[in-house]
Amino acid sequence: MAHRWTNTLTRNDVTEERLWLNRRQIMAGLGGMAVAGLAGRAGAAEGLEPNSYEEITSYNNYYEFGTGKDDPARYAGDLTISPWSVKIDGMVDKPGEYGFDDILSKMTLEERIYRFRCVEAWSMVVPWTGFELADLLTMAGVKSGAKYVAFETVLRPDEMPGVRYNVLDWPYVEGLRLDEAMHPLTIMATGIYGRDIPRQNGAPLRLVVPWKYGYKSIKSIVRITLTDTQPPTSWNKANPNEYGFYSNVNPQVDHPRWSQATERGIGGGLFAKRKDTLMFNGYDEVASLYEGMDLTVNH
Amino acid sequence: MIADRINAATRRIPAWPLYAISVLPPAWFLYQGLTGGLGVEPISALEHELGQLALKMLIAGLCITPLRRFAGVNLMRYRRAIGLIAFFYVVLHLLVWLVLDVGIVSQIWADILKRPYITVGMGAFALLFPLAVTSNNLSIRKLGAKRWRKLHRLAYAAALLGALHFVMLVKGFQIEPLIYMGIVVVLLALRLPLQRVPFLRASG
Repeated sequence: MAHRWTNTLTRNDVTEERLWLNRRQIMAGLGGMAVAGLAGRAGAAEGLEPNSYEEITSYNNYYEFGTGKDDPARYAGDLTISPWSVKIDGMVDKPGEYGFDDILSKMTLEERIYRFRCVEAWSMVVPWTGFELADLLTMAGVKSGAKYVAFETVLRPDEMPGVRYNVLDWPYVEGLRLDEAMHPLTIMATGIYGRDIPRQNGAPLRLVVPWKYGYKSIKSIVRITLTDTQPPTSWNKANPNEYGFYSNVNPQVDHPRWSQATERGIGGGLFAKRKDTLMFNGYDEVASLYEGMDLTVNH
Repeated sequence: MIADRINAATRRIPAWPLYAISVLPPAWFLYQGLTGGLGVEPISALEHELGQLALKMLIAGLCITPLRRFAGVNLMRYRRAIGLIAFFYVVLHLLVWLVLDVGIVSQIWADILKRPYITVGMGAFALLFPLAVTSNNLSIRKLGAKRWRKLHRLAYAAALLGALHFVMLVKGFQIEPLIYMGIVVVLLALRLPLQRVPFLRASG
């Protein structure tokens, strides 16, 4: 079933969490965490070391809670994540409401340390816990003829202050081609650093597609629909010129308003240098999915 | 009258302390950026804080004339300082972008030429530069008051471009930059030709 993909980032890379915890305890002892960004970073090798738990959970884009990077951490606390269920419908053998715990009991959880590249040209390395989306789709039974998978984020105006503004057309929706969805790299994440995924990162379960820009990795999923037509996606609806359906990380295809050739790793402080962005965010194994396609047109 | 009281109170307060005070906000943001107070991505945070500071000072500068004309509050003696401080913040904002944010010469040039919001921002900087250089009594004398005033109307265009720069860089439909743009447009509308004659007579 699972474990079809082997991590190139190793267990050793996660020691940072222990360091970070120690550091935090020391800082707390000193009466402040403010200098956490400066300490202990010297040994970081080429940005492949995972970001700290604090970095991953304090710098988020989750516009349902506000457009500021610190808004999700500040305002997501009210989101009810238990009970939680995911409606799986469309072209599947077993459509229905799947309880979160039911899903988890049938899935194999594993850790995946992935690069995460935002369309805004910043990046992190995140140690996710999760299961392969392919396993979930197989459980529901994908009917022949299904070509795409559509996803939807929960929409709760009472718990999500950001949806008062029509920054985007709510609810947030995303989509993948079926072969992208079935790729072993594509996971549904339920944790970070082995803990339950925090609300600001998309609790209780979110998609992670590491070779695509971050906004494809839709958060707090309540619905998954198998279809034979390309589903609408939120950012593409908002600005089709800037955000395509595929949204593969591609240093050669710039966002119309900024370059995608380089990125800045989060956590390097005030003097962090940009580094080159990698094609498919470094996940070359997905290149075959797009053979023969013009990735400038299908951006 | 409140206006009279403000005028009386500010009569004895010179403009020079503003220059000293103006260093404090950027210094505070820089300190915060170095010590984690601006979050885990301090470069963009510092860049955005300085940009907003610059835009606020440009707007403050545009308020001086309407305040006097419509409210009778005379803060004219502070206008030069406010304008120069706005330029100082624009320069810092630009430096953070050049040195800390991009830092790659080829990409800087490509951005200025290819990215409309950066082109617009650079345009605002280019318009403000001659204003900063001529913000002194010698320049007023050399240019003559009339030509100097005409030149310094470039501040209107610079404020518009500055607000437009902000509107153009956000993702999705966001309110905040539109509020800045709205304020700039209203402050410029107050100067439309209908009301221009007393303005010209009064300013200097």
